[in-house]
Amino acid sequence: MAEERSIYFIKAMYEGLRDAMREDETVVVIGEDVDRSIIGATRGLIEEFGDERVKNTPISEATFVGACIGAAAAGMRPVVDLMVGSFFYVSMDQVANQAAKLPYMSGGQVSLPIVYFTASGPSGSAAAQHSENPHPMLMNVAGLKVVMPGSPRDAKGLMHAAIKDPNPVVFFQDAVLGGTRGPVPDGPYQIPLGEAEVKREGEDVTVVAIGALVNRALRVADKLKNEGVSVEVVDPRTLVPLDKKTILDSVRKTGRLVVCDNARITCSAASEVAAIVSEEAFDSLKAAPRRVAWEDVPVPFSPVLEKRVLVDDEKISAAIRSTLATATV
Amino acid sequence: MRDGGVRAELGDEKLVEMLRLMFRIRRFEEKLARLFKRGKLPGFVHLYIGEEAVAVGACSALKREDRITSTHRGHGHVIAKGAEVRRMMAELLGKVDGYCRGKGGSMHTVDFGLGVMGTNGIVGGGIPIAVGSAWGDKQLGRDYVTVSFFGDGASNQGVFFESMNLAAIWKLPVIFMCENNGYTEWTATEKLTAGDISDRGRAFGIPSARVDGNDVLAVNEAVAEAVRLARAGGGPSLIEAKTYRWHGHNEGEEVFSGKYRPEEEMAEWREKDPIAALGARLTEWGVMGADDVARVDAEETRRVEEALEFAQQSPFPDPEEALAHLFYGERPGLQKEVLGG
Repeated sequence: MAEERSIYFIKAMYEGLRDAMREDETVVVIGEDVDRSIIGATRGLIEEFGDERVKNTPISEATFVGACIGAAAAGMRPVVDLMVGSFFYVSMDQVANQAAKLPYMSGGQVSLPIVYFTASGPSGSAAAQHSENPHPMLMNVAGLKVVMPGSPRDAKGLMHAAIKDPNPVVFFQDAVLGGTRGPVPDGPYQIPLGEAEVKREGEDVTVVAIGALVNRALRVADKLKNEGVSVEVVDPRTLVPLDKKTILDSVRKTGRLVVCDNARITCSAASEVAAIVSEEAFDSLKAAPRRVAWEDVPVPFSPVLEKRVLVDDEKISAAIRSTLATATV
Repeated sequence: MRDGGVRAELGDEKLVEMLRLMFRIRRFEEKLARLFKRGKLPGFVHLYIGEEAVAVGACSALKREDRITSTHRGHGHVIAKGAEVRRMMAELLGKVDGYCRGKGGSMHTVDFGLGVMGTNGIVGGGIPIAVGSAWGDKQLGRDYVTVSFFGDGASNQGVFFESMNLAAIWKLPVIFMCENNGYTEWTATEKLTAGDISDRGRAFGIPSARVDGNDVLAVNEAVAEAVRLARAGGGPSLIEAKTYRWHGHNEGEEVFSGKYRPEEEMAEWREKDPIAALGARLTEWGVMGADDVARVDAEETRRVEEALEFAQQSPFPDPEEALAHLFYGERPGLQKEVLGG
């Protein structure tokens, strides 16, 4: 692999997009203001690829999300910048009833290589409608692959792989990660969908963390190391398909599980991971799995209210400590 | 309608084929109505009887490569685009020889090879897909056209307006084909829809027309004109075809819907049978005799009988197939063939 540099997450997404567009001229990017790119992932693409392949759309989410289905069926590989996670709700029929179901309903005649990417999740008093992370809902829609990287390196490789995938893929950029930096290889590369990665090895407890919570979990693991607790951190990177094996292998080693999810706790990705581990690695568990996720309310505006609802380092630490304190007989 | 001109333009063979397709749709759906009554049809079904001129008029103006998106009342569109009734019947019975191997059913019949991107269970759901299909073709330098069939009910869905706007600004080769059958489910459309649907395109600068949806030749002429415009890079068109469904919104509705349409209105529209009208015109022009019309009808009736036999003999899919076709390692063979990739 080529030279590594430290670049922003958002820039890594741009590079993944750019590499895929260079490789295949049927890849096009559409969305609102993709030419100047408010969030940043598509900034610079129009200079290289022109306005036929980087197209600004009207604010008509349902229609441009749905148009990708027809375009993909016609032979294109459309990529959509949806900008904000909750905008999926505006286009839900086309995402869930059309894109996700058409290949299946056709009995295997059609594949739809589409990528829907968006910045999502809380970014600091963005309030209820701009802090959503709809990945749990979309995980439940069969027919969509769901990607949620936690590092710039993963973002670039998964973006490229998502665009090459012959299925509709939803790519979540946890909003607070956009401005984080990390080492990223210079040249084009892909990270296969459906492969988790152990981000830190440990012995006492497995922490499965998703999206922006990967960095938090690593930070907490560092702190707990001083207390003599050895934490293993696993980042699924892709939620559908989920790499169960890596998660189960880790839990079989540590005997304890904490799942951190940047979403409301009911039916969260954390719930799914906890359920899978409970069903398939019950014998290895020394304590009940713990989920660390949001309270079941919309994300409030005021910083003090927001902090009460969301996941922070203290909540993750508390969950880890509680699994270490309790043991099933 | 100007007879000589139309006959010369379309040719006798095509005119007879249009009549044949209309009979095929009618007899196929009459068979479905009987099957439903006898409890032999899984699920629920929306019949197109009375509206055949719209599908046949429109699809007769298309090439095989052109695509359509269809509706919950879509059997007519799919047959008019060239689908075999035996495979449709198999699909409707949930059999393995159906177009979607029994996975789609009436409201999700797809045949990628025929350019049928699916009937659709969501009112208005196919409209953005058609816009995208036209965008893809334009982007790939093809001169194909996509027709989006939708009903008067769908004309009140937001995606209709969004899609017209997008198609207009990107000048896409898509035809918005509204079949206005007078009823949005069980409510008269005039109570739910402001103004004329055909006027809605004008706001976007889209050429718009209103035609007699029971006159297959008028529909064909309007669509052919829109197709010429689209292929020449002139962008989208909107056509509203006024027609009427003879059957209910769905079969078996009477158990809950009660009467919601005046008897005289239904009788009046039955007098305007689009198939009888074309048959009469073709005999009047000397394209065919009355016995030829009856012969075509008999042939299509028999075809539907054979389709049912085929479908009944076709096995159900292996239950494990329910777990297949969710994700793909690569594009499926048929799609690769169609895309030439």
